Amino acid sequence: MNAQRSEKLTFALLLAATIIVVLPVLVIIGIVIKNGVGAITWEFISTAPRDGMRAGGILPAIVGTFCLMIGAMLFAVPLGVFSAIYLNEYAGDNLLTRLIRLAIINLAGVPSVVYGLFGLGVFVMFFKFGTSILAGAMTLSIMNLPVIITASREALSNVPQSFREVSLSLGATRWQTIRHVVLPNALPGILTGIILEVGRAGGETAPILFTVAAFSLPFLPHSVFDQCMALPTHLYAISTQVPNIGLDVRYATAMVLLAVVLIVNFFSIMLRMRLRRRRQW
Amino acid sequence: MDQPIVQTRGLNLYYGDFQALKDINLSIKPRQITALIGPSGCGKSTLLRAINRMNDLIAGVRVEGEVFIGGENIYAPDMDIVAMRKRVGMVFQRPNPFPLSIKENITFGPIIHNTLKQEGLDNLLERTLQAVMLWDTLKDRLNQSALSLSLEQRQRLCIARLLAVMPDVLLMDEPCSALDPAATQRIEELLHELKAQYTIIIVTHNMQQAARVSAECGFMLLGELVEFSETGQMFTNPTDQRTEDYISGRYG
Repeated sequence: MNAQRSEKLTFALLLAATIIVVLPVLVIIGIVIKNGVGAITWEFISTAPRDGMRAGGILPAIVGTFCLMIGAMLFAVPLGVFSAIYLNEYAGDNLLTRLIRLAIINLAGVPSVVYGLFGLGVFVMFFKFGTSILAGAMTLSIMNLPVIITASREALSNVPQSFREVSLSLGATRWQTIRHVVLPNALPGILTGIILEVGRAGGETAPILFTVAAFSLPFLPHSVFDQCMALPTHLYAISTQVPNIGLDVRYATAMVLLAVVLIVNFFSIMLRMRLRRRRQW
Repeated sequence: MDQPIVQTRGLNLYYGDFQALKDINLSIKPRQITALIGPSGCGKSTLLRAINRMNDLIAGVRVEGEVFIGGENIYAPDMDIVAMRKRVGMVFQRPNPFPLSIKENITFGPIIHNTLKQEGLDNLLERTLQAVMLWDTLKDRLNQSALSLSLEQRQRLCIARLLAVMPDVLLMDEPCSALDPAATQRIEELLHELKAQYTIIIVTHNMQQAARVSAECGFMLLGELVEFSETGQMFTNPTDQRTEDYISGRYG
């Protein structure tokens, strides 16, 4: 085979692989929208469920999911970014830090139901938070930590060493260097990790199943010690536990869940683009 | 004669088992340019970085001996390294402005050190950019990115950023090696202007540059300071055979 033909073949293979990856996503989104869009009304997204969730809307689940995403990020972002800073900027390369890194990578591969049981054991029972938004958000944040730490470390180590040298040579302390030079330049990369994980926090079912989710709770939560509904568990409930619910309602719920994740990602990506434009080297 | 502002006594430096500096004894006079020359790997950059403890950043570095800045041993255990680095600034081989605006690059040091209010933003910008002869070209576009500048302008901006923290000593690590000959000449002219106020130590692999800009000159080889003398004398009448071999181009 001559070089030109193998070049064309490679191109075709790579393109095919990309299409195979993207196509199912488009098909899924297409099916969800086609079947669900009919049930989306203002009432559906602005009122609580009625008649054993067969009528009314899904507002408590939407609010619950937002609470859980925000709560998870409140814990996971500072913890994750600070430990990434420690691992990348302060800790040396020794056996202990290598073990920590290995542990973090392995943690990313733990099935989400295990996080759910961990949250049940630690936050719900041991710390006596009960089944609550607090316990659920903390469980989700533990699940989010590995990716946030790994992405943040990657972003920090991509900041050119020369920036650190200049800053120190101008008499900045190590923390001033991190605060004023390293972090601002690593922020777009750190945000990438956070974007991925906000979506996961909103979409995961297993970690919140035992720690926060209420089967049906047609009120909005009042405090972090309340239970709440959430979109993924609500979807799971109406798809498997409650008979006689229209297919369109289930698809509409899925559509709202997708929309919530996409909207959050959209705003994060806009923020990241703004930050990137300001800082390039 | 002036007291030396930078002085090393019995300075040894090791990267792990490798000894990069061997018993360096050096006296640098204030407000003149001192050059360090020698072939690649001779330890001249290492010596320069030992003078503001930038070698601390590298793992496995061990230092013995003393380095005095204005009479203070900077390797003393109770030394405030951060305050010392403010007095002894560094210009690097590759111009490395922060990916910020021209203005933000200059205000970086004063903001860190909380001295911006004292001097005032406008004074600071004009003083530093005047000193590196960029004021007339850049005064109307201070908010532009520093990365929109040419290499030469970037290096001048880096010098201005350093002057903003009012150091006494400027360490320059081959500051012209990324620049073309015309830009190099203009930076050398700038160095002549700056020596009226600052003590400059410049590392260069370019012997002609050392001969042009420096008053005193040190020749280093394999971690040793072979010869240190007045520049004219070193280039016309070196005392050590190895110096003569190097400057006559027999190796390096």
